[in-house]
Amino acid sequence: MPFSDPLADGPIIQQSSQRALEQGMTLAGTLALVAEARTSVPVVLFSYLNPLLAAGAEVLHLAARSGVHGVLVTDLPVGMDPEREAWLGASPVEFVRLVAPTTPRERMAEIARHGKGFVYLISRLGVTGVQESVSTDLPATLARLREVCDLPICVGFGISKPEHARQVGALADGIVVGSAVVRAAEQSVDAALALVRALRRALDAPVHA
Amino acid sequence: MTQAVTDRFGAFGGRYVPETLVPALDELERALADALADPTFASELDALLTHYVGRPTPLTDAPRLSAHVGAPVWLKREDLNHTGAHKINNALAQALLAKRMGKRRIIAETGAGQHGVATATVCARLGLECMVYMGEEDMKRQSLNVFRMRLMGATVVPVTAGTRTLKDATSEAIRDWVSTCTHSHYIIGSVVGPAPYPRMVRHFQAIIGREARAQMLERAGRLPHTVVACVGGGSNAMGIFHAFVPDAAVRLVGVEAAGEGIDTDRHSASLSKGVPGVLHGTLSYLLQDAHGQVHPAHSISAGLDYPGVGPEHAFLKDSGRATYVAVTDDAALEGFELLSRAEGIIPALETSHAVAWIASQAGRWASDEPVLLCLSGRGDKDVATVAPMLELGGLA
Repeated sequence: MPFSDPLADGPIIQQSSQRALEQGMTLAGTLALVAEARTSVPVVLFSYLNPLLAAGAEVLHLAARSGVHGVLVTDLPVGMDPEREAWLGASPVEFVRLVAPTTPRERMAEIARHGKGFVYLISRLGVTGVQESVSTDLPATLARLREVCDLPICVGFGISKPEHARQVGALADGIVVGSAVVRAAEQSVDAALALVRALRRALDAPVHA
Repeated sequence: MTQAVTDRFGAFGGRYVPETLVPALDELERALADALADPTFASELDALLTHYVGRPTPLTDAPRLSAHVGAPVWLKREDLNHTGAHKINNALAQALLAKRMGKRRIIAETGAGQHGVATATVCARLGLECMVYMGEEDMKRQSLNVFRMRLMGATVVPVTAGTRTLKDATSEAIRDWVSTCTHSHYIIGSVVGPAPYPRMVRHFQAIIGREARAQMLERAGRLPHTVVACVGGGSNAMGIFHAFVPDAAVRLVGVEAAGEGIDTDRHSASLSKGVPGVLHGTLSYLLQDAHGQVHPAHSISAGLDYPGVGPEHAFLKDSGRATYVAVTDDAALEGFELLSRAEGIIPALETSHAVAWIASQAGRWASDEPVLLCLSGRGDKDVATVAPMLELGGLA
């Protein structure tokens, strides 16, 4: 779901958000696309808080009816706004929470307690974007989180190539790829499909092959 | 546990940021509490404010403007601070705080360039690395300030995203901080952003009102009837309002930028025309469309050209303690010229909005009801913008 001021996003998603908004994309439009896709894969709506607030209290019910299973809100950390967190937490879609490399262990546990669906681990300091390599701190951060978290852990930020998918997939329960797919889609739908297939193959390959 | 839940101004404020920044904001909050409890921090800050910045700033009477208005107008001269605006009060204090935290790289955003210049200045003085994010459009409008920052050793990074003004410069500064928060401190220039910034910046700007309140009692023999300040993010206004908030009889008026008119879609009057929403980590009045997308702001003055506003102003508005009005680009130009001619003081275009509002209220005050204006900055930086519009000749 594009937002005009995506603070946690690098240039690729900033520009794609701006293009989408210029073409008239809205939350209702995003949900209509989800409904039209009728995919068998669970769908997580990735948004900033303000478009959700503007859409009103019923929007998450509409999202669920459209086929959305989860919602990720980049700028609403655990414990910062109990009223609105309760609204998202009580909704029919699973409210996915985020952990960062800077998050202390106690707070990781608190986030894991509040999370639903899976915990989204941010792989490195910084904003979303295409990277050459996976952060060297990731295995240690993931191990710390694993100790206090019973939910599946998906890792995102900077995961761009099949090689990254293989590396991270061996440690985590899932990977999140944003900017690399957006960049491929800028070239062509076929390029995006080819990248996603290559990532899937890398995840499915035996770890010690 | 973090203070962010309770650190609100009524319903406004809070801490709406990427998770990565939560520990950095917690650390800042602890460091701030520690510094404010430490007399050596206060004495170091006071010494620099006195001998480097030039505080206390004077309270100047304005006889010819007063005659025009029909009531005594007093000017709190923040334009006489080193670097020419109130911004240095906050930049200096936060830079000292960053040093205490062991952070030697400073990030700042700037609109008109005044906060960027103030930050570059204190970084030069304290030997800190300085990165200033500035919209490409504002770099054109304020090229003199870009040169000043570079001269003092700062890196000025042009921001080409979105509206290429203060909003996008702020987003880019926050993105830098998300990537570098372990060794960088972000000096926000106004009473905006996630907690603890709005309260911290207000705290460091509140010296304006403390001095002005004492100076009014001494010089005018009474408190002002009305205190007037321009509001973009709102730091000079919170700075001068804060000391007067408990004085229930003192009227507080914030003047927003009405741009081409508040009934057009080209203005920056968040409090007058916005609705509550979340931008840059805080919940406050915000110019946005029906879908929650932020609406670009417009003002002739780069420093007011911001679609949000400090959350404490949102609270003061809703509680009725302060009143917010809006003044157009054209009226601000008249205010710019009026104060220049009447008092020999060239105000910043931002401040000119407040001058224009006072002038527009001529006759509304009794002759013994003093009006206190926060003269937040000097107008030299705006001369190149204004010259072609006023057609006085002399500047090509």
